[in-house]
Amino acid sequence: MTKRTIIPFGPQHPVLPEPVHLELAVEDGKVVEAIPSVGFIHRGLEKLVEKKDFFDFVFVAERICGICSFIHGMTYCMVIEEIMKLEVPDRAQYLRLVWSELSRLHSHLLWLGLMADAFGFESLFMHCWRLREKILDIIEETTGGRVIFGSCKVGGVRKDISADTLDRIVKVLHEYEREIKEITDVFIADGSVKHRMSGVGVLSKEDAYHLGAVGPTARGSGVDFDMRKLRYGAYKNISFAPVLETAGDCYSRCHVRIRELFQSIDLIDQAARKIPAGPLEIKVSGFPEGEFFARTEQPRGEVIYYAKANGTKFLQRLRVRTPTFANIPALVKILQGCDVADVPVLILTIDPCISCTER
Amino acid sequence: MSLFSMSWVVLKSLFKVPATVRYPFAQKHYYENTRGKIMFEVNTCIFCGLCQRKCPAGAIMVERKDKKWELDRFKCIICGACVEACPKKCIHMEHTHTKPAVTKEKEKHIHA
Amino acid sequence: MIEEQKSIGVTPAELVEKVQVLFNDGWRLVQIGCTRLENGLELNYSFDKHYQFFNLKVAVALSNPEVPSISPVYWSAFIYENETQDLFGIKFPGLVLDYKGSFYKTSVKNPFNSCSEQINIKDIKKDLAL
Repeated sequence: MTKRTIIPFGPQHPVLPEPVHLELAVEDGKVVEAIPSVGFIHRGLEKLVEKKDFFDFVFVAERICGICSFIHGMTYCMVIEEIMKLEVPDRAQYLRLVWSELSRLHSHLLWLGLMADAFGFESLFMHCWRLREKILDIIEETTGGRVIFGSCKVGGVRKDISADTLDRIVKVLHEYEREIKEITDVFIADGSVKHRMSGVGVLSKEDAYHLGAVGPTARGSGVDFDMRKLRYGAYKNISFAPVLETAGDCYSRCHVRIRELFQSIDLIDQAARKIPAGPLEIKVSGFPEGEFFARTEQPRGEVIYYAKANGTKFLQRLRVRTPTFANIPALVKILQGCDVADVPVLILTIDPCISCTER
Repeated sequence: MSLFSMSWVVLKSLFKVPATVRYPFAQKHYYENTRGKIMFEVNTCIFCGLCQRKCPAGAIMVERKDKKWELDRFKCIICGACVEACPKKCIHMEHTHTKPAVTKEKEKHIHA
Repeated sequence: MIEEQKSIGVTPAELVEKVQVLFNDGWRLVQIGCTRLENGLELNYSFDKHYQFFNLKVAVALSNPEVPSISPVYWSAFIYENETQDLFGIKFPGLVLDYKGSFYKTSVKNPFNSCSEQINIKDIKKDLAL
């Protein structure tokens, strides 16, 4: 009769970017079951809507997470604008698209670095983060902050990007593609990296769909699902197709994110060519009344914001469901049957952003 | 299957200029748009209190009868909401950040 | 308007049946959320299929906050139901993986069920012996 050991993984662990706890039931060096436990950084941010004006809450919504910060702020603004039936000007929509794609670039480069760190490849980790610095410099030049953009508000955007700056950014990004390709080729072709990621953590297409997996976790298993196909904002004028891979293992999820890097540079290029001149915001007056669900695509998957307003300056309820929260059942499924040494790689492959998960 | 594909990149970076900034001997390059510390001109202020209401972190305290304006720099998140809200435009944002300090003190300004 | 969002109201008794029909038809569970209204709670179950969005709303009375769990049908519902159990105090008989109230370790039980003024900071500090 094989003995079953329970190994507690986390909340403090060198490979985890944020605290999450897993109880791993291990038999003969293989994980049989995993029970996740979250709640270490629950800040109760959804309850703050009772105290902060709906117009000023965008500052709190941006700070739910440090990595996916802009899209949180943008989705909050979208949900209020839909409830109040505001038409955001076209120029503001295009600027929001440019910043969303820059946010996706920096998030995927951050993840690539953490993934390399998970299997001990320190030099690759440092080079990925060196590449990310250039993107952060572009973001700081256009919005004022490296990580928390602070450029979205209900009704439009707070800052403008001039046409020269936009052209220069597109040129810099295209020249930078060669350097990014040099580093991502290591992920795709290197033998030692493939050995750690191929065939590990396989998630079949049916499982990915029924367990509610979202984002690159689902697209790596062949589920054709990307919220940008809803054509919200300026995405209705941009040609775009979701990136899909079919193998369902860690290697294909990594490949999806690498291909999305190059796709984001292409989307910024398309937006820069089509952006019209015009006002940056629309005046907001009155209070919201009604309810709406807004769905957008964060780097990690589909985020959904539900707001219910009753005609006063405080919202009655704000509910945020982030993509990592939806990916946790998929994580529990892929951990069953893996080696103990593969656990850090598998946790990082769903791109956990626990501060989003627990708000 | 290729091995050691990273060696070429690592070797190249030995001979390149370092990508890091040698702080504190070299300073970081700040952009025109960078959100930095808040500067305040007390003699233009009318003590309306709009900045106090708009501040998401509660870092500003305004007292109309004493003509006192107080800022807690450690609470400030440099979002710029007060800069946009001020009707007399007496709050400005610089491009550099607040230097580290040894004690936590609130900055007081009193109208002359 | 970005997309059409339909929603229908259901009673707790007919919930599992309706959810089983949606599962067999290939709908994906998006989220389960809860709102505190003046005279009760309202659960909303959101489903998605090929970018179409659909909601089921269940009204729950405060005196008997019990709704049958849909986790036997959609296994991934267990995290949403545990979160609702911890924050609002609704019980879900039939949960496949029940954390029994320790999913989010908050110092005040069911914090979202009451408004902020009712939670007394002095009581919390006394409990934590601060």
